[in-house]
Amino acid sequence: MELLEKTEEVRRELLKHFEEKIERGDAIEPRDKMPDAYRKHLIRQMSQHAHSEVIGMQPEGNWITRAPSLRAKQILLAKIQDEGGHGLYLYSAAETLGISRSEMIAQLHSGKAKYSNIFNYPALTWADVGAIGWLVDGAAIVNQVSLQRTSYGPYSRAMVRICKEESFHQRQGYEIMTTMMRGTKDQQEMAQDAMNRWWWPSLMMFGPHDSESPHSGDAVKWKIKRHSNDELRQKFIDKTVQQAQVIGLKIPDTDLKWNESKGGYDHGAIDWNEFYRVISGNGPCNKQRMEHHKKVHNEGAWVREAAEAYRMKQEKKLIHL
Amino acid sequence: MAVDSQLASWEVFMQSKPGANYIHAGGVHAADKNMALQNARDTYTRRGEGTSIWVVPTDAIVASNPDDNDMLFDPANDKVYRMPTFYTMPEGAKAI
Repeated sequence: MELLEKTEEVRRELLKHFEEKIERGDAIEPRDKMPDAYRKHLIRQMSQHAHSEVIGMQPEGNWITRAPSLRAKQILLAKIQDEGGHGLYLYSAAETLGISRSEMIAQLHSGKAKYSNIFNYPALTWADVGAIGWLVDGAAIVNQVSLQRTSYGPYSRAMVRICKEESFHQRQGYEIMTTMMRGTKDQQEMAQDAMNRWWWPSLMMFGPHDSESPHSGDAVKWKIKRHSNDELRQKFIDKTVQQAQVIGLKIPDTDLKWNESKGGYDHGAIDWNEFYRVISGNGPCNKQRMEHHKKVHNEGAWVREAAEAYRMKQEKKLIHL
Repeated sequence: MAVDSQLASWEVFMQSKPGANYIHAGGVHAADKNMALQNARDTYTRRGEGTSIWVVPTDAIVASNPDDNDMLFDPANDKVYRMPTFYTMPEGAKAI
């Protein structure tokens, strides 16, 4: 009993020390003591973030062989390679919390870990590649700029690196939309159609409204999260509406209007039923995305085995020298 | 089939331009040092971020324990004479 009280006292003391550090604005580094809940929250968030980068390669990868020009193809390849790279930055940052990349991938495959819901939608036309870069990466940037100041050092540093690279992604998407809006009537309609399909899912990327967000309490207190879901969503809407207007795209929201008093746009109701339907596995591409990841992972196993075998052979050679 | 391996973990240090310090960039997974170097190149220098790379096996890094911070880093505070501002220079002395 006495021992239990003692442990509880130590735990409280450590938590106090940790929260003072957070309060001062100090970054938390891998070897620092941290509450289990902080570690768990970060592993969940960072692995989900890493998985999203990697799964996000699929809808765009679908268009590499059908890109309309060599220029477009080179750009798309570079962008998708970046997404893979971003996944790797984040996996290695998450590994500093004591979880291995194998475990994270196993959790993705078992369904325990999630990835961003947005990638459960298909990229149906070339305009979708534009919409993904402009809207989906645009929304991701708003979130990631905010995360550059997250309290966990390795996560924050990965975000700084990612943000430097993301703005190219958004610009290439916006350029595709611009080109199509200056094109034929069919091309304009195709761009507007992509806009109509990606707008609402992009708004959903920021997660439930603040009043409904289940993970926010500690995440805000411990400065993992620096802005609320609704704040970030507002920021995204306010900058994107103007960009749409410039190239003549309509925002598919009849309730969207400028609110002078708050200096931002009011938007229509988000269909959260759709969000929960898709996130629980019933979106158009959930099954396809996971099956593809598992297939490629399993088919690549021999490469990893061969690399290990080669290393062991080289080490043996060294011993016999 | 053998247990699936994600290969060993390596830390990557990059020099941004000749003469600069090597700075930690992140990690990669690789079976051996050549693969680690190649993966570090592909992962961390897609935009000319560096002129030179070091890769080090993660388990070869020895890190100080934050619990020892007082012992390791505090003593400097009472040795202010190590700072140039500690010394009073005579009026009129230049370039010192």
